[in-house]
Amino acid sequence: MGELLGHLALGFSTVFNFVPVDIPGLGTIPIPLNILLCFVGCLVGTLVGVLPGVGPVASIAMLLPITFKFDPTGALIMLAGIYYGAQYGGSTTAILVNIPGEATAVVTTLDGHQMAKKGRAGVALGIAAIGSFFAGCVATVFIAAVGAPLTKLALIFGPAEYFSLMVMGLVFAVVLARGSILKAIAMILVGILMSTVGTDLETGQERMTFGQQFLSDGIDFSTLAMGLFGIAEILRNLDNTETRDVVRKAIGRLLPNMQDMKESALPIVRGTFIGGILGILPGNGAVLGPFASYTIEKKLAKDPSRFGRGAIEGVAGPESANNAGAQTSFIPLLTLGIPPNAVMALMVGAMTIHGIVPGPQVMTKNADLFWGMIASMWVGNLMLLVINLPMVGLWVKLLKVPYRLMFPAIMMFCCIGIYSINSLPTDVMFIAFFGVIGYFLIKLGFEPAPLLLGFVLGKLMEENLRRALIISRGDMMTFIERPLSGVLLAVAVILLVVALLPSIRKSRDEVFVED
Amino acid sequence: MKRILLAAVAAFAAHAASAQSYPTRPVTMIVPFAAGGPTDVIARIVTEHMSRTLGQQVIIENVGGAGGTVGITRASQAKPDGYTIMMGHMGTHGAAPALYPNLKYDPAKSFAPIGLAAGTPILIVTKKDFPASDLKGFVEYLKTNGAKLNEANAGVGSVSHTTCSLLQSLTQAKFTRVAYRGTGPALNDLVAGQVDFGCDQIVNLVPQIQAGTIKAIAIATPERSPSLPDVPTTKEGGLPEFQVSAWNAIFAPKDTSPEVVKALAGALDKALDDDNVKKRLHELGGTIPDKQGRTPEALQKLVESEVARWTPILKAAGAVAN
Repeated sequence: MGELLGHLALGFSTVFNFVPVDIPGLGTIPIPLNILLCFVGCLVGTLVGVLPGVGPVASIAMLLPITFKFDPTGALIMLAGIYYGAQYGGSTTAILVNIPGEATAVVTTLDGHQMAKKGRAGVALGIAAIGSFFAGCVATVFIAAVGAPLTKLALIFGPAEYFSLMVMGLVFAVVLARGSILKAIAMILVGILMSTVGTDLETGQERMTFGQQFLSDGIDFSTLAMGLFGIAEILRNLDNTETRDVVRKAIGRLLPNMQDMKESALPIVRGTFIGGILGILPGNGAVLGPFASYTIEKKLAKDPSRFGRGAIEGVAGPESANNAGAQTSFIPLLTLGIPPNAVMALMVGAMTIHGIVPGPQVMTKNADLFWGMIASMWVGNLMLLVINLPMVGLWVKLLKVPYRLMFPAIMMFCCIGIYSINSLPTDVMFIAFFGVIGYFLIKLGFEPAPLLLGFVLGKLMEENLRRALIISRGDMMTFIERPLSGVLLAVAVILLVVALLPSIRKSRDEVFVED
Repeated sequence: MKRILLAAVAAFAAHAASAQSYPTRPVTMIVPFAAGGPTDVIARIVTEHMSRTLGQQVIIENVGGAGGTVGITRASQAKPDGYTIMMGHMGTHGAAPALYPNLKYDPAKSFAPIGLAAGTPILIVTKKDFPASDLKGFVEYLKTNGAKLNEANAGVGSVSHTTCSLLQSLTQAKFTRVAYRGTGPALNDLVAGQVDFGCDQIVNLVPQIQAGTIKAIAIATPERSPSLPDVPTTKEGGLPEFQVSAWNAIFAPKDTSPEVVKALAGALDKALDDDNVKKRLHELGGTIPDKQGRTPEALQKLVESEVARWTPILKAAGAVAN
């Protein structure tokens, strides 16, 4: 305990360190440089996250050169700030205009945007900020206290375990569905199918690319999400004059009241826990966090039918899970030196550029960097709350802008955002294409969310299935023989049964009625 | 008529002036991989110094995809005016013709080579409780127990996959290849002991080897690396044919004028002589080419020999992407 406090003290002293800086005209003044960098990182992250399409990977890559002038600790504090700032900003877009900037924000669109439509955008944004802050605080202490021992979790998870976890994830997708389970399963399968487009990892063969080079790396998540959600939503709003005014007519309260807080408290705690654990897993386990949290909240709710129609728990839980996962995904990077996802891989690059090669020794060799970054996460979360709560009013006012002015702006930002990622014109064409598909899916009563989950999990699932089978030389028993994998599969089966139970019960009721 | 003539003269004068004082505006360097990877890091270190020599900023643009061939294809089709250049590497300018039959460029013909920037040596590493600890024992174990062993790589066309194909062709061992999405996840499973061994660039591995989470068998360079002085070379270990380094080099599109090539090659040469650049590249475990090795002519030769070297190995490994 004393050791932990000592470490945190070192961290905070690094963050609050005053560095003498030459300011022209004023002479050399000591300023808290790291705090400033943390603030800049969070602010930039929030702004960038709000822009649809520009995710943290693109923004960190763009801002990487700016950090060359700073010392490594300051630079990494700023880049980390951009990362979790973008997570915050991403949920703003998801709630206001129904565009998930990232896989982790897909769930937020389900109830968050519905809340906005009911004039509760401010409450949704507020509870997202508060939930994220709580999750951020808990995750910071969590990393500081048990980060190192928990690293082992990342190492227990081999391909077989990962596959079983993904199977469990797909069961979540079934539960996510608002309407027909059959339609949800169909959407999941389409999502999985789409995830197989591109160059095969094991053999290098191209699959379903029609010989087109722009398809050789598969379909990009952000293109798919922006098309199916963003563009499709715009199309739908444009052909339905009634609904498009709902958003701007009623604004309602700006911040959550006591009742909202009471309803959200437990979902936030549960979401933080689930997201935090899944965030440690290698290979982007954090994407499952919000989905898992949503599923659990829906199952625990007294009236699950509210979900998908603006239930505040459906925003509070997943948003907390999302932020907790974003933070704990630093654990494998900081303690093992192994990046669990694309953003962390970029952080590895940033560290190496600054002459620090991440590895198991960072904790002891660069103690001030390690604990400074952890302390900065807490400071950064506080800043995000300070930046975001006052902005809620501003964002909500944005909804008052007439839709005829709003939608061209949203479209333009989508196009700019998607182009900035790979500088490929085909990506822009793609969001238009997926937009049209998304429009017809909505018209036909299919939900895009299960499709996206299937898409995200499909690739991970297929690759890990093949990897596990290659390692076991084709023996399927590997999934059951490995204890952790077996447990996960069992949980998946139980979940599925529980998920299907209400529909079984319902049909039983109907039988009863017919009697 | 007079006005047209004047305009023509002015245009010519402007053109001549710009040719003399290249570069007059920022230069874009296309790095065909995501930001943060080894090639990107090397590009950023080198261009930071080159910008100072050229008097214009060299801006990095990351265009990832298809093992780097998307970015290189685009850069090869850019206007050969010296304002779009690229960082190619062993994969895009050595292995790609074997991996991508529909490749839209020819590594040896579609470019004006500028010079070799830095190489990162390749290491053979194993999980920490692997039965063998030296190269001889490793090769022997590989030959007798190959069928049981799993090798982790970062997917077809990656440096780790390409170089381990060479190991396979040299030892004729029948180990199973497991592909991961990137070196990070592959390393994760190697540290965890889910897979048995792999080949990768030194930059990713030094901290893990020092911490003892994985074992280094040998380094595939003629001399030992200052970052890992205890790791013997493949020459010492009895497999001298396994010589491989993931090289990174700057190219311009074909038909770039000799003056521009000279200016860029000069800036690169100066950057590689800079102590700070040297220090940072050495920290990554990178090797810096000598004066002879960093000329455009030397790079052209390197590309030709690399294409000739990798094509049969990769074809034999059956690794062909469409």
